[in-house]
Amino acid sequence: MNAPPAIDHAALAENMPLDEINVSDPKIYQQDVWMHYFRRLRRDAPVHYCKDSPIGPFWSVTKYKDIVATEVNHKVFSSSSALGGITLRDRPAELELPMFIAMDPPRHDDQRKIVQPIVSPANLENFSGLIRSRIARTLDSLPRGEVFDWVDRVSIELTGQMLATLFDFPFEDRRKLTYWSDVATTDLANPDRLIESEEEREKVFGECLAYFMRLWNERVNAKEPGGDLISMLAHGQATRDMSPREYLGNVVLLIVGGNDTTRNSMSGSVWFFDQNPQEYAKLRANPALLESAVPEIIRYQTPLSYMRRTALADAEIGGRKIRKGDKIAMWYISGNRDEDVIEDPDRFIIDRPRPRQHLSFGFGIHRCVGNRLGELQLKILWEEILARDLKIEVVAPPKRLFSSFVHGITQLQVRIQP
Amino acid sequence: MPRVTFVAHDGTQREVDAPVGESVMRAAVLNNVPGIDADCGGECACATCHVYVDEAWLGKLAAPSEMEASMLAFVDGSQPNSRLSCQIKATAELDGLVVNLPKSQH
Ligand code: HEM
Ligand code: FES
Repeated sequence: MNAPPAIDHAALAENMPLDEINVSDPKIYQQDVWMHYFRRLRRDAPVHYCKDSPIGPFWSVTKYKDIVATEVNHKVFSSSSALGGITLRDRPAELELPMFIAMDPPRHDDQRKIVQPIVSPANLENFSGLIRSRIARTLDSLPRGEVFDWVDRVSIELTGQMLATLFDFPFEDRRKLTYWSDVATTDLANPDRLIESEEEREKVFGECLAYFMRLWNERVNAKEPGGDLISMLAHGQATRDMSPREYLGNVVLLIVGGNDTTRNSMSGSVWFFDQNPQEYAKLRANPALLESAVPEIIRYQTPLSYMRRTALADAEIGGRKIRKGDKIAMWYISGNRDEDVIEDPDRFIIDRPRPRQHLSFGFGIHRCVGNRLGELQLKILWEEILARDLKIEVVAPPKRLFSSFVHGITQLQVRIQP
Repeated sequence: MPRVTFVAHDGTQREVDAPVGESVMRAAVLNNVPGIDADCGGECACATCHVYVDEAWLGKLAAPSEMEASMLAFVDGSQPNSRLSCQIKATAELDGLVVNLPKSQH
């Protein structure tokens, strides 16, 4: 087979007509060439209108400050799933999946408050011992001197275990959680898709719901409500009367939110340190730098490339007129490389002075609930890698996910020196 | 210049100058007061600049905006005297303001 001629995306992005740029094309993430297009947009069309794409017309907000301004204006820029929710592709109305990330106040606020205590500082302290022992066991079980896939053996394994703990989900079935998460985010245009159609997605969601209904029914009748997420939903005032569809929506939200994002940060971190040996040397010499290295990993990966909003009224972003009903993507992945806010943004630097100044968790009322939990898992992972002084060698560049939403790594071949 | 006292969770006190018109958050960050993260840089969008305002001063502050109230609703350990320090502007009347810091910003 002949390989297609390599395209020089840096040159292409510089020279193509602005209105032909479509940053929602999943291929530019799979090929890891997205940065060229956003660099051009930030400079020449920071709030950009793509009038023609397979998912219809949409606006792109690419500068850090404009993204924050859009996020805090939640009265005008709605997250509601009734209008299309938080991803650019509109799903058929009858397949609407209500979840609080895709709701506006007051419903959003009521439901978020139910879930939030699971990741309170006190609860995180309780979790941390368990997370550490599981990470230790997983690292000790890895082969030495042999090539294996870090994504499967470490990133998926650890985040799957974490999710099972949050839900108090039967531990032996935890890969089901990973599968449901992957089905939920599969782009149907992906040549490697897990499912063929929305009907099939609905079928898998049906299995997921049936499983979770069983757990709900067990827990709703428990005399002592447990501290897990399902018990919280089953007993919480704002959630206990949810329809099954709404329960499913919130379960999917927590599975995807707590899974993909942390998984891809774990995979990304190994690749970033491999590519930046001087940064790893700094960390090895001074493990206290993990405090700033962890947020830098999360900025540099940007596990969710964007969130979508829909304009409820005519408005303005960065001087451009947005019309009622327009779709807007806030590209965190671009804002995190905005040279006006972050110095030397294309470099991975683990001792930045203000490392938490990034958009990966979003801002405003939808700002990630699980941010500290995500950080905690990454921190403990690297503490335990350092404690063992594992020399992880990446043997092939990462394979990347076909998606403009989940910025993911699907395979990372590594070898740990014996 | 108005002075603001930050009382850390362990009781340690720090008194700093807060230029009129600047926010209490900025006064903390400019003086490296630990315990104020201010991830969003003062846009009322992250709630990591959370403080508990000393009761004696509460009445002297302008009421929180709707956005601030929304963000405070999700803060861990939110209390009636919770405020986001990026939304408190230093004024002459606030000279001597005392705010207490939570154990951690979440
Ligand atoms: C590195 C890890 C993570 C990243 C990068 C991340 C990213 C995000 C982003 C971008 C949002 C939307 C913010 C917005 O619209 O302004 C979000 C919301 C959310 N995340 Fe995370 N997340 C991570 C980990 C987690 C974990 C571990 C959990 C589970 C406990 C979680 C649960 C949620 C939930 C429930 C929401 C919805 C919040 C709301 O709408 O009020 N996330 N996350
Ligand atoms: S600094 Fe972010 S809300 Fe105050």
